[in-house]
Amino acid sequence: MSKNEPQITPDLVASHGLKPDEYERILKLIGRVPSFTELGIFSAMWNEHCSYKSSRIHLRGLPTKAPWVIQGPGENAGVIDIGDGLAVVFKMESHNHPSFIEPYQGATTGVGGILRDVFTMGARPIACLNALSFGAPSHPKTRHLVSGVVAGIGGYGNSFGVPTVGGQVRFHTRYDGNILVNAMAVGLAESDKIFYAAASGVNMPIVYLGSKTGRDGIHGATMASAEFDDSSEEKRPTVQVGDPFAEKLLLEACLEIMRKDCVIAIQDMGAAGLTCSAVEMGAKGDLGVDLDLDKVPTRELGMSAYEMMLSESQERMLMVLKPEKEQEAEAIFRKWGLDFAVVGYTTPTKRFVVKHGGDVMADLPIKELGDEAPVYNRPFIDTPKLPVIHARDIEAPLPNVDALEKIIASPDMCSRRWVWEQYDHVILGNTVQRPGGDAAVVRVLDGPKGLALTADVTPRYCEADPFEGGKQAVAEAWRNITAVGGRPLALTDNLNFGNPERPEIMGQFVGCLRGISEACKVLDFPVVSGNVSLYNETNGRGILPTPTIGGVGLLDDFTKSATLAFKRAGEAILLIGETQGWLGQSIWLREVCGREEGAPPPVDLAAERRNGEVVRGMIHAGTATAVHDLSDGGLLVALAEMAIAGNIGATLDAPPPSIVPHAWWFGEDQGRYVITVAEDQVETILTKTTAVGVPCVRIGATGGDALAVAGEHPVAVATLKRTFEHWFPAYMRGETA
Amino acid sequence: MKARVTVTLKSGILDPQGKAIEGALKSLGVDGIASVRQGKVFDIEIAGADKAKAEAALKDAADKLLANTVIENYRVEVVG
Amino acid sequence: MKSAVLVFPGINREQDMARALTLASGREPAMVWHADTALPADTDLVVVPGGFSYGDYLRCGAIAARAPIMDAVRTHAAQGGLVLGVCNGFQILCEAGLLPGVLMRNSRLKFICKDVHLRVERSDSPFTRGYNAGQVIRVPVAHGEGNYEADDETVKRLEGEGRVLYRYCSPEGELGEDSNINGATNSIAGIVSEKGNVLGMMPHPENHVEDIMGCTDGRGLFAGLAEHLKSAA
Repeated sequence: MSKNEPQITPDLVASHGLKPDEYERILKLIGRVPSFTELGIFSAMWNEHCSYKSSRIHLRGLPTKAPWVIQGPGENAGVIDIGDGLAVVFKMESHNHPSFIEPYQGATTGVGGILRDVFTMGARPIACLNALSFGAPSHPKTRHLVSGVVAGIGGYGNSFGVPTVGGQVRFHTRYDGNILVNAMAVGLAESDKIFYAAASGVNMPIVYLGSKTGRDGIHGATMASAEFDDSSEEKRPTVQVGDPFAEKLLLEACLEIMRKDCVIAIQDMGAAGLTCSAVEMGAKGDLGVDLDLDKVPTRELGMSAYEMMLSESQERMLMVLKPEKEQEAEAIFRKWGLDFAVVGYTTPTKRFVVKHGGDVMADLPIKELGDEAPVYNRPFIDTPKLPVIHARDIEAPLPNVDALEKIIASPDMCSRRWVWEQYDHVILGNTVQRPGGDAAVVRVLDGPKGLALTADVTPRYCEADPFEGGKQAVAEAWRNITAVGGRPLALTDNLNFGNPERPEIMGQFVGCLRGISEACKVLDFPVVSGNVSLYNETNGRGILPTPTIGGVGLLDDFTKSATLAFKRAGEAILLIGETQGWLGQSIWLREVCGREEGAPPPVDLAAERRNGEVVRGMIHAGTATAVHDLSDGGLLVALAEMAIAGNIGATLDAPPPSIVPHAWWFGEDQGRYVITVAEDQVETILTKTTAVGVPCVRIGATGGDALAVAGEHPVAVATLKRTFEHWFPAYMRGETA
Repeated sequence: MKARVTVTLKSGILDPQGKAIEGALKSLGVDGIASVRQGKVFDIEIAGADKAKAEAALKDAADKLLANTVIENYRVEVVG
Repeated sequence: MKSAVLVFPGINREQDMARALTLASGREPAMVWHADTALPADTDLVVVPGGFSYGDYLRCGAIAARAPIMDAVRTHAAQGGLVLGVCNGFQILCEAGLLPGVLMRNSRLKFICKDVHLRVERSDSPFTRGYNAGQVIRVPVAHGEGNYEADDETVKRLEGEGRVLYRYCSPEGELGEDSNINGATNSIAGIVSEKGNVLGMMPHPENHVEDIMGCTDGRGLFAGLAEHLKSAA
């Protein structure tokens, strides 16, 4: 059917990442040998990224429903109802491999892609978050990657004009060859004006919008083996370049034509651009699609059908417009200086037909392209349980305050100011809680509602026990939202794992998902969108399992929120939740004893919920003057962070005799919070918490300019602050490893 | 010796800067511009007089730092 | 106060600015598209907001400075009308020749977003009458190229004529390398034109006008402008 295309050979099939049995399936499906363009289309639709072939059967188990969920997984982003006719649209997505190859552009296009996912649904982006995992600080590439990724995230978000309000940054040698860049975007829309991908109606114009198509992102390996053109390597770029300016124009133009009611369906051109977006629009609408590639705006000469179908050029969209509104829509796009072209029509045939230069380059059954993608139930083995480490068996090598200083000076625990000061986090004027707290809080329109936003996971827990680690990731997101006074509503998951063809990696994936499911159910915290990134592996060594959870919560009144800073001297400090002194997989064990060992702390989800509800109640009642959840590093680290943020010291009582001191101060038992309250409230609170079965003890009082732990030498808050702020900028200046 | 290293984007790599400048030139009424791609120029003073050595050093500099060879090309000229 | 906020492609703080102007004056500003050639009748304050006009891809503000609407802004300024440029707006006013000098890359070479302290150098300008001379205010910055530079003679003139209205300083009002976040000459954060009717500044007072941001020090600038225009009317 097509001229000038290479012959299909077993090598060519293999270079497209299609296994022999998958190719057999294609032959059976279409009853003939596919054309080269068709092979490219299949490889795009059936790769792990688009088809979720290794993960799909496990993802089905996730809780995705709740009365407030408007749209769960399967669209560009998830949508939840927050009342007052408003909806929040959000999703997290990875851009791991591209960021390793070219950190600045990889990160920018990651941010650009996730922003498009959100505004494609009719929402104006109001906040971004990100979760970044880098290799060991001593690895020769790490500094360069941190610098480039952070600059790239800032470069895109700052220019596009959305505040980047929160996230995570971690370092671990297991990410040396595979960094993770997980970007989350959150947008606001009217709940009855959400736009979806499903086309409807036959013979409707399909419109291409945005930037022109180039050879960006066409898979390098595929291209190298294609040999259908002798032009130089240079004509075969695989790195996509982000253009935040074009995206800002695309945002404004899209929202304008949506307001004018021109749009029937809309789909972002993300991975495998034109192919995935066109197929999804047709398949979801039970329609066929005819594309005429001669109409596609290109910025390079001589692009083949294959290249146009697989290009991943950024800042592009596909839309189905109401025919009577076509001219109006075009005028809006022209005003914003963007390309606009009718590139095809919907058909009743349920076939995906691609024409180029008068030839039919592809003619495939559209439903089967998506639905008949292979689904694998890959073999997996459960991760063996690790022994529980008993605090009494471990001696503290350092006095506890010295251990504290060591911990807050470490790469994973020190201040992230160097990072978030490169992100515009105040633009739009709605950032109630800026980066550095438990969760960011952004005002919704003119208030009084606010959103609490966070991104969390503790990969070392997931590695040690995928099930508990998966639970913990969800619980921590829930807890962080609670700690600022928010009611957790829903989450997006970005599941980063190694090679699923290895049963132990698949075991991590399955275990984490079970844990996530369990926590979502108990905490009433459904999954509404997500992304899976597999094969994060170099030389047979996978990353730590990293299922990043992006959580969204609602504050009915953003003025009734809490921050972690101590507010004034002379207040009582209370610890909520049960403390056993769990040291397995703790930061203390790793940073102070040099051991990454043991079972991670278990998460009691019922207690999590009970404790959190009590804390939230105290925030709303105004009794809790400062709140901080306990996570990495445990109690003393949390207290130090509260002191540093408030520039107020504290006097801390000796631990209860039932617990060894270092386990009291640094254990990472879950479901806990530190709060401060006025002294005259303490008794009432203790009575009330006892009545509802929530453990609560008074552990000290705020005041002075030092953190004074009973029985140890006091350490000045100013010293702690200096230590906390030191490592990151010093490392980036090249002063420390 | 004086040398110049010119760094340009590989053809096919999207050049948002060039595109915006091109648009502005057109809207300012500068005629006859078909397209613009932008790059960087580094003027470098070389110690010593060995031209071949200088060229090698400049290539090394461009590979290691001046150009991002994933997306950029460079050209080295020793002006003398 | 009848204000007009210019909107160039790539500008992104126009809504922040509109909100601050509305809060200060009770009146919403007109949003004026870059391709327009005239300002709304009786505009008494033109605001060039922050953002990344045209992606800031050539030089910051360079392309916007040559947009059709800028001729009308020049005429407005020549007639003594007030013009306020913030961040990218400052860069645009410099590129348009309405203010001297240029904003170079931050000396620490990074985009920086944080709260900074500014010393208000005088209070007898329409842009500072909401403050006391010597007062220290806290407002955020968010820029990668805010390092003010001009030739020696220009700087001498600016200083001699008292045209530096805002300087980066410590919380106590002291100048110094630590507080000069972008390396600007003489810690300059904001300057006015010769006639004193055009202000360009890098920091964002418009982001510190509501309690929710934890500080309302930016209000003084807008309240002062509203007061000035009221008393002039």
